[in-house]
Amino acid sequence: MGRMTMIEAIRDAMDVMMDKDDNVVVFGEDVGYFGGVFRCTHGLQEKYGKNRCFDAPINESGIVGAAIGMAAYGLRPCVEMQFADYVYPAYDQIVSEAARLRYRSAGDFTAPITIRMPAGGGIFGGQTHSQSPEAIFTQVSGLKVIVPSNPADAKGLLISSIEDDDPVIFLEPKRLYNGPFDGHHDQPITPWSKHELGEVPEGYYSVPIGKAKVTREGAAVTILAYGTMVYVAEAAVKETGIDAEIIDLRSLLPLDEETIVASVKKTGRCVVVHEATLTSGFGAELLSRVQETCFYHLEAPIQRVTGWDTPYPHAQEWDYFPGPARVSRALEQVMEA
Amino acid sequence: MSEKKRLHLHVPEPEFRPGDTPDFSNVDIPKAGSVRRPDVDVAPEEIRDLAYSIIRVLNRDGEAVGPWAGLLNDDELIKGLRHMMTLRAFDYRMMMAQRQGKTSFYMQHLGEEAVSTAFQCALEKGDMNFPTYRQAGLLMAQDYPMVKMMNQIYSNEEDPLKGRQLPIMYSEKEYGFFSISGNLGTQYIQAVGWAMASAIKHDTKIAAGWIGDGSTAESDFHSALVFASTYKAPVILNVVNNQWAISTFQGIAKGGSGTFAARGHGFGIPALRVDGNDYLAVYAAAKWATERARRDLGPTMIEYVTYRAGGHSTSDDPAAYRPKEESDAWPLGDPIERLKLHLISIGAWSEERHKQVGAEIKDTVLAAQKEAESHGTLHAGGSPSTRDMFEDVYKEMPPHLRRQRQEAGI
Repeated sequence: MGRMTMIEAIRDAMDVMMDKDDNVVVFGEDVGYFGGVFRCTHGLQEKYGKNRCFDAPINESGIVGAAIGMAAYGLRPCVEMQFADYVYPAYDQIVSEAARLRYRSAGDFTAPITIRMPAGGGIFGGQTHSQSPEAIFTQVSGLKVIVPSNPADAKGLLISSIEDDDPVIFLEPKRLYNGPFDGHHDQPITPWSKHELGEVPEGYYSVPIGKAKVTREGAAVTILAYGTMVYVAEAAVKETGIDAEIIDLRSLLPLDEETIVASVKKTGRCVVVHEATLTSGFGAELLSRVQETCFYHLEAPIQRVTGWDTPYPHAQEWDYFPGPARVSRALEQVMEA
Repeated sequence: MSEKKRLHLHVPEPEFRPGDTPDFSNVDIPKAGSVRRPDVDVAPEEIRDLAYSIIRVLNRDGEAVGPWAGLLNDDELIKGLRHMMTLRAFDYRMMMAQRQGKTSFYMQHLGEEAVSTAFQCALEKGDMNFPTYRQAGLLMAQDYPMVKMMNQIYSNEEDPLKGRQLPIMYSEKEYGFFSISGNLGTQYIQAVGWAMASAIKHDTKIAAGWIGDGSTAESDFHSALVFASTYKAPVILNVVNNQWAISTFQGIAKGGSGTFAARGHGFGIPALRVDGNDYLAVYAAAKWATERARRDLGPTMIEYVTYRAGGHSTSDDPAAYRPKEESDAWPLGDPIERLKLHLISIGAWSEERHKQVGAEIKDTVLAAQKEAESHGTLHAGGSPSTRDMFEDVYKEMPPHLRRQRQEAGI
């Protein structure tokens, strides 16, 4: 065990897998010699050679398209989109090709590829470096969608993703790369080296895809969150003193409905939190599932706290970001009802 | 000082529309045998002219002439003729089956049979094609069981793709035939990725990407060229220029560039332009390109100049946008007739033999059809299992799909 940042944990996962399986290759924009703009692939080219870790042209559809071809050959590509905001040119290759290849060929060809991408805001990245596009992937049959919230999970889930025989969208909350962030942007952050969740087991281990984690047990209300919002929720719970149960979903598709349902049936209340925009966001799916399965246990309407339905602004970042104050308000409302 | 002009939008138009008399006498068709054959390790910039010419082997009298001739023996040529005849007979029966309501949709190869059948003969076991919907000749040239193709077309109980794909979107890894998507252009860059993987593993296998003239406008086409160029991938990038993308003539995709082959130049990819209705020329160009790839010299682009003599699909009627006579006026002729003439001219074939083989092929196709129909057609007889609808979305079925399958009552 040792303390690692989320960047180091992600790098370690790729290192472990490249060492374990010759078929794992890593490529993307700036990932080779330089090691990635967030340093997630730093040192991999030096260790495994240009044959296994290399720079790609600035062409996201090309990166994913080439990865699909490599997977058809028998490799396990783990590719990086420099920012989740840049993934859209690759959407056709992901949706029409990677996600459906197994189905349309009846298993003749498969696409075991992992597509990593830093997502979410909180770094003054403006419209093009802050988005949370998970919902455009959770609607696609054939994909798996992962959002880790800490270094240990990030490593174990990335190892599971690379080993998975189906395509995985791996969204990395970039605001969590160096330490947990609870939305209090005016306060200094705790680096992972000083946080217990920075403890990352050495070597190979995996965290199963499709399993949520209860990060705080509570009796009053269930908070469904993932990525950065797990810490924002924790801050809101601390500040309101409400005895909430916090579920870190970790895997959006497949979704651990069992854990969600058990919790909401217990608490009778639910607040859903995500950074992405509200309308048709993943929260809508969560609300729907909770309503379908827990309606007679609910004592209050389910609340959603999300980014506003605007493009992600630059200067107004902290008015946009759904911080602890808004989550607290939702918690209080759901308790009053 | 500077002169300003009112601007106007240029929208290219084909030369002939319904009602016009097509006349291709102004199309420059180089004489068979007139185009040089460079060494495969030639520098791309030294063969730029080859992207603006047309490599042809068979002349009007059916003789094989020039530096690209002499690669195939009589037996191989007869096999090639049989492959093309089989493909045409197969198409004919399946077009009819669609008209009879036995399937929803079909796409034929009429006039383009040489391209895929001849190309396949330059590949080896283990190589991989990333085809579009008009390259079933890649399977025919390997004597792939026709009944299996028909089962797929009929979406019947023996459909290898379990009823999930539109007719003719075959997938056959064992025969080096990647799953056809139905989306256009997407597979071009995948072919490059496959070839890169082969290079990463220091393998000796090579890949072939396929695209039509219309789809070269897709960004995936350009992605493929960038990646192939950057990584010198062992891939052949085939462009089948059959003049028409449904109703859109090739000029809409080609724009101001002289030819599709010339698009390779900007990427430093050597490019050949070939008579796609000349079995010998297609094979010779394919052989040149595959040899380059196998010698680790990198990618090659080949444009096949051909003509889509039929409709785009069974849902298309070309009479709505081009003269009916255009197909007959097309100057490169019929690939089957041309190879037949050649074989007769060298004494390896006869009209009588041709008729006999035609009848034989017809019987084989009919027998396959009969067998396929015994397993059902789209709306009658055996169908794929409804349970199969939920399989293969993932390797292992996640809980939400298991629930939905239960809800569907299957």
